[in-house]
Parts: sequence; C-alpha cells; structure tokens
Amino acid sequence: MVDHHHGDHHHGPAKGLGRWLFTTNHKDIGTMYLWFSFCMFILGGTFAMIIRAELFQPGMQLVEPEFFNQMTTLHGLVMVFGAIMPSFVGLANWLIPMMIGAPDMALPRMNNWSFWILPPTFLLLASTLFMEGGAPQAGWTFYAPLSTTYAGPSVTYFIFCIHVLGLSSIMGSINIIATVMNMRAPGMTYMKMPLFVWTWLITAFLLVAVMPVLAGAVTMMLMDVHFGTSFFSAAGGGDPVLFQHVFWFFGHPEVYIIILPAFGVVSQIIPAFSRKPLFGYDSMVYATASIAFLSFIVWAHHMYTVGMPVAGELFFMYATMLIAVPTGVKVFNWVSTMWRGSLSFETPMLFSIGFLVLFTIGGFTGLMLSIAPSDFQYHDSYFVVAHFHYVMVAGAVFSMTAAVYYWLPKWCGRMYNETMGKTHFWISFIGFNLAFFPQHFVGLAGMPRRIPDYALQFADFNMLSSIGAFIYGASQILWLYNVIATIVAGKPVHDAKVWDGAEGLEWTVPTPAPYHTFETPPKIDPAHAHS
Amino acid sequence: MGFEAKRLCKLALGPVLLLMSVLAMAAGGEVSEYNMEPGVTELGHRIYDLHMVILIICVVIGVLVFGVMFYSIYYHRKSRGAIPATFHESTKVEIAWTVVPFFILLAMAVPATTTLLDVYDNDAAELDVVVTGYQWKWKYEYLNENGENVSFFSNLRTPQTEIQNTEAKGEHYLLEVDEPLVLPVNTKVRFLVTANDVIHSWWVPQLAVKRDAIPGFINEVSSKPTEEGIFRGQCAELCGRNHGFMPIVVHVVSKEEYATWLSTKQSEAAEIKELMAQTFTLDQLMERGKAVYDANCLACHGANGEGGVGKAIAGSPVATGDLGHHLDIGINGVPGTAMQAFGGQLNDVDMAAVITYQRNAFGNNMGDIVQPIDVYNHKKANWRS
Repeated sequence: MVDHHHGDHHHGPAKGLGRWLFTTNHKDIGTMYLWFSFCMFILGGTFAMIIRAELFQPGMQLVEPEFFNQMTTLHGLVMVFGAIMPSFVGLANWLIPMMIGAPDMALPRMNNWSFWILPPTFLLLASTLFMEGGAPQAGWTFYAPLSTTYAGPSVTYFIFCIHVLGLSSIMGSINIIATVMNMRAPGMTYMKMPLFVWTWLITAFLLVAVMPVLAGAVTMMLMDVHFGTSFFSAAGGGDPVLFQHVFWFFGHPEVYIIILPAFGVVSQIIPAFSRKPLFGYDSMVYATASIAFLSFIVWAHHMYTVGMPVAGELFFMYATMLIAVPTGVKVFNWVSTMWRGSLSFETPMLFSIGFLVLFTIGGFTGLMLSIAPSDFQYHDSYFVVAHFHYVMVAGAVFSMTAAVYYWLPKWCGRMYNETMGKTHFWISFIGFNLAFFPQHFVGLAGMPRRIPDYALQFADFNMLSSIGAFIYGASQILWLYNVIATIVAGKPVHDAKVWDGAEGLEWTVPTPAPYHTFETPPKIDPAHAHS
Repeated sequence: MGFEAKRLCKLALGPVLLLMSVLAMAAGGEVSEYNMEPGVTELGHRIYDLHMVILIICVVIGVLVFGVMFYSIYYHRKSRGAIPATFHESTKVEIAWTVVPFFILLAMAVPATTTLLDVYDNDAAELDVVVTGYQWKWKYEYLNENGENVSFFSNLRTPQTEIQNTEAKGEHYLLEVDEPLVLPVNTKVRFLVTANDVIHSWWVPQLAVKRDAIPGFINEVSSKPTEEGIFRGQCAELCGRNHGFMPIVVHVVSKEEYATWLSTKQSEAAEIKELMAQTFTLDQLMERGKAVYDANCLACHGANGEGGVGKAIAGSPVATGDLGHHLDIGINGVPGTAMQAFGGQLNDVDMAAVITYQRNAFGNNMGDIVQPIDVYNHKKANWRS
C-alpha cells in the first residue's frame, strides 16, 4: 500500500465527540478518568458537606435521619469507587506507558470500555436518590441484614452498580498487568521500573484477586433479597457475620488498593524535589509486596466486636500489628530520601510532605486500632472515622493532588500558578486537620459513627470539624480553577524535564507529551539505576 | 550526626511532655471530652492504660520521625544552598528499621494479649442479663434462677421537641431512657447480647463493653463495675433510621438497692398479670394509651398521628377501619417495613390501651374500647411469633 498521506503515521486525535467516545489512546482515556473522578470527588464532597452541615449543631436541622444515612452511604461509595480508584487508574493510564517506554496500554479497546461503563453506572447509583424509599442507606459497608431484607428497592440497583464497577476495575487491572509485563522497553527490567509502576502492578493483582469476592458478596445479597435464599439470615440457616467476613476479605485489600498507588506517587515526587535518589528502592518494592500480602490476612480486624473466638481475635491482631513494619519501612525511606537532599517546596512537594505527615498519623491510629482490647472502645466510634480519613484523604487524595500538580505541566505543556497551588495546599492542610483531628477526641469520648445527631458534650468539636470540612471542601474549588486556568492560559513550558530533579522516561518526551509517545522503544542505559 | 541527634532529642522532648500533660489532665476529669474513659471496671482501667501506653509510644516515634523530617526541611533546603548528597541503599539501615519496630510491636503484643484473654473470660458471672437490640430500642431480660425473669424495653426518653429544636435540650440529650438497666455494684455481670432484626452493637464506654448484637446469634461479654453511678452509652452499629436514637443507660447501685428494685419489678409484673384480667374505662385506656404511644409509636407516626417514617394514624384506614385488622398490625407488624411486631414488646394491657388511644385520639373518634382480654384472644388466634 502506498502511503498518500504524510500525516498518517503521526496522526493526532480525531475531532469532536467521537475522539472521546471511541478513543483507544491511553492519554485520552487517562484524561477522561481524571476528569470523571474529579466530578465524583465533587459529588462525594457535596454529600460530605451535607453530612457536616447536619452535624454542625446538635438536633436535627436540615435533613431526616434516613436521608442522612443515604448521604453517609453514598459519600463512602462515591469517594471510594468513583473518586479515588478511577483517579489512580487515570494516572496509571497516562503514566505507565510513558514510564516504561511503551507506545500505549496493551489492551486499548478494553481500556476504552472499562472507562465508559463507569459514568452510566454512577448515574444509575445517584439516580436511586430519587427512587421511592431513597438511595441505599446501610453504609458503604452495607452490612446484612440491614442491606438485604431490611433494605428498600434501591438495593437491587446498587448491587448491579457494584457488579459493573467490579467489571471495570478488573478490566483496568488486567490491562495494567498485561502492559507492565509485556510492553516494557528493552532494558527496562522489573527492578528498574519506577515505583509508581511497581505499586500499580501490585495493586492490579490485588484488584483482580478481590473484586470477584465483592461480586460474590453482592450476588449472595441479590439471592437473599429476590430468590428466597438465606446466606445472611440466621432464621434460614445463614449467618449475618458471613457477610462481614466476605465483605472485609474484599474490603481490607481494597484500602491498600487505594493507598499503594498513592505510595507510588509520593515515591516519585519526594526524590524529585529532594534532588536525591530514593533511599531504598529495593526495600520499597519489597515493603509494598509485603503490605499487599498482609492485606489478605487481616480482614477480621474490622470485626473485633462480632464475637469471634479468642484465637481468631489474636491471629488477626498479630497480623494487623505486623503491617506497621513494612509501612514503617516506607516512611523511614521517604524521610531518609529527604535527609541531606536539596529540598524545594513546590506544590507537589508540599502535598507529598502533607501526605507523609498525615498518613503517618493515620498509620499510628491504625496501630492503636489493631490492638483488639483497646479496639473494643474505639470500634465504630469517630476515632475510626478520623483514622481512615487520615489515610484516605490525607493519604490517597493528597497524593493524587500532588500527582496532578507534578505531571500537569507535562500533560498540557503549561505551568500552573505556583502561588495559587501553595495556597490550595495550606488551606487544604489546615481545613483537613481542623475537620478530622477533633474527630479523634469525640470518638475517644464515646461518639459513635454514622449518627445524624449527638449528645451535647460532643457539640464543640463537631462544630470545629464542620468548619474544617467546609474549608477543605471550598479549597478544592481553587484547585479546579487553577487546573482549568493552566490548561486554558497557563504559561507555556517547553523543557522536556519540567522539574530539574525529576527522573524517569516520561520526562524525556517533549512537553506537552505528544499524542503518541515511544512508537519506537527508548534506549535504556543499562548502567542507569531505576528512576 | 551526634550534635544533630542531641538537638533532635531536645526538639522531641518538648511536645511529648506537653501532650502527656494534656492527656493527664483529660484523664483527671469526670467524663472526658477528649480521651477514652477508664470507666468503673478493672478491665476498663487496663484497656485505658494499654491505650495510653501505645498512644505515647506512637507519639514518641512520631516526634522522632517528624523531627528528622523537619530538621531536613529546615536545614537541607535548596534556598539555603544545600548540595544534595548522593547516598542511597543501605542494607544495614533497612534491616535495622525493620527489626527494631518488630521488637517494639512484640513489646506491645504482650499486654495486649493478656488483656484480651481477660476480656474473654466470662466464667464465674454472678448475674446474667440478656440484651436484645431492636430497631430502635433495647430489651433487657434478667435471668433469675430463683423467681421469675424480669424483662422490659428501654426507649429513648428525649422528646421530639428537643430533637427538632423547638425546646431547649436537656443535660442528657439523646442519652436518656425511660427505663434504665439496673445492675448491682461489685458483681460480675454476663451480658448475653443478641438482636431481633438487624445488627446492633451494645456499647457502654464506662463498663468497657462493646459487643455486636447479631440476630440469630448470642454473644457473651462480661463487666464488673466497682463503682455506683449512672453510665451512658449508645448503639454503635448502623441499624437504620434511628441508629442515633437508641441510647443505653445503666444504673449501678448497691446490692441492697438492686434487690429492692428487682422485687419491685417482679411485683410489677405480677400486677400486670392482674390488670390483664380487668376491664377498663375509655378514660383509663386513653391515659395509659397516650403514654404507651409516646414511648413506642411517636418516633415514626408523629406526636399528633400525622405520620413520618410510618403512615399517618390520624384518619388512617387502619385506625378508622376494622378493629381486628388494626390489632393484627399492632401485634404482628407489617413484614418488610419498619412497622415491627409489637405483640412481644407490649403487654396486653398496654396493647389494648394504645390501640384504643389510636382509634380515639387525633380526631379518629371511633369510640372503640379494646380490653386486655380482646388482645389476649386475638394473640391466641393470630399471633405469628
């Protein structure tokens, strides 16, 4: 065939809506994932604002208790499945091919499909708010039988949504595994891969392993609701606690699915702004793998109060405490990377340091929670709420925020407004801590989670917490504005290496990254260490 | 390094001492607003000590790690002209910071294990109380070897007017009940915890007890309060609409007081039995019925029968329709909805009173009078529980 068109080899994106609907380009799909997850972040954040507004003062002011329960449920579901997970998939799409020197993801059509089934699913989930009986209201952990025989009609829609989300996650993960295993540039050995790629590879295996377990749990729910089975009902020979075992067998690895890619991001950014290689690359890889393994054998620490036999209780306590070891290794490595570096504090670094401090605090409270006898007092209190927001928000979301500021110039060839970025960090940091630090106190003092109204002794801290949450929420608008302003009219950047300390193949391609990169694999200097 | 290390220690010590003194103050107060309660049991004190020890270990480690980090942030910044070192990878260091935390954890595991084993010791309990969670109230049943069992429901006492902010909130807003659990001091009580509908969790911080109430299963947990007093707690597991409105109040009293209370309860039960055989006037039933309604029906059906979560009672086809059907709904509930079967929760006198009340209050004016014997007969024929 004769090539008539010069542009055919290096064609750009298609025009119009079709570009986005039919795209198989990893950068386009990554962009869609990122924007979609940001929309979900705003939606889930709105739910959180409603929760905090109701909790601003004792007494019922704005919503009814059942609507409050719908808000806590949807806030959790949307943030976990709609905001955090897809955002890191978006990051993986953009970065993994560029980091390992591959032209695209291994399975581009499936990539398109795994994204495009997400928006209708969340539309369906959100639409249950307008159903008779309202949206699901059994919490994001939807314990049976509250979520089965005692649930409204929306539970069936919810089950369908979970199935589709699982499908999307599994397809996305298979794609990542296939890409990393098969499409690394020659010379890019496993132990040379950037840590972000490593953490995602391990995360993808976790996802493939546990999403089917969640699918099993919701299928059993479906059977209990519609087909007269009794998996989770003692009256028919089932067991409500079985639900919790199955759910947390998914749920605990799930929290590492959320946090491991965040570790990866921070492990890229801290060395860049310390201008010094990561202290212990190998041990970081091994620590990530150990955390992933341990995540499978600690699930019942979410269930210390269900009345397990003491032997089981002890096993899960010891296994959970052990997680502190590889997590500690990670923190020590990040700090050692900064030690005697040449530090500068651009917005991505600020968010990474914020991550480091606050995630570590979340790790400490996690260790406290692992101690079963003390957990009898912490369990299902606001102490737990504080703990997991320190790891989910200050962990995953801060790291995601850092990632956006760090790679945005590479993506769009324009520099964001640094002053605005730093302002965003400080407002977020203050707002976050104001929102969640007092929750440790009210939790220890005896305030249960998921209540729409509370006793008077919790009033002061709750008001502070609400004010903090509003501040944190509002600061995200600044982020959105900064990102849009950058894309539309940011100062153009032309250096391939946007940050002087940045390492990795993605900084060797032109800025902004062309639509197609590494159509011929890059040469990897065998002497050059991992990035 | 040596100089830096010393400097770090100094930096670290200040905040640790400050935090410890703050927490010590917290522990000194009556009901702490920002720390765990040691409570009134020996186990509770041990759990509190464990909590504090681990918290302090975490704070010390945190101060050290963050100390190094902030030192770096201050002294190794580019703007101060810091030249980056190039060192990385040290197997020795990696082994050290793997092994040292492991031993710290080992040291934590020892007291955690012994405390846990003691928490699980339910032997030699002197009193058994069955705790059953309902949407959204607790039922307590004292198992007596000699004499009759005593059982009653414990409902939220805070009025809707306080919850809806039309009246000032009382001191124990949301933490007050119509009938508290009464326990003798210095007595090891074994709670047999279960539920009637969904999962609840019975939590009284000062008794150091939290145990899930799971329908179809019975969990056991013990507590031996060593001080008299009133202790308050709440349901800790999301159980539906009124999860936040099913508090627990425990009165720990002297053994003598407990014995008196128990015999009063037993004679009250006998009294109810007698009442069941009696015939009441409309006024008597209306008066009793209002009290029963306010405690059991109001939360869902509204103070004036206007409805809410539940259907309206004022002018409802049930309350103004066939009496047998109305009784049936009261006794057996409506499966698949929040309307519970009250046949097992209300005695026949109260059931008769509340049905009478619903048929004659809120403008329903049906003029029906339901007597305890009617309830008894209806239950005999139609009660499905």
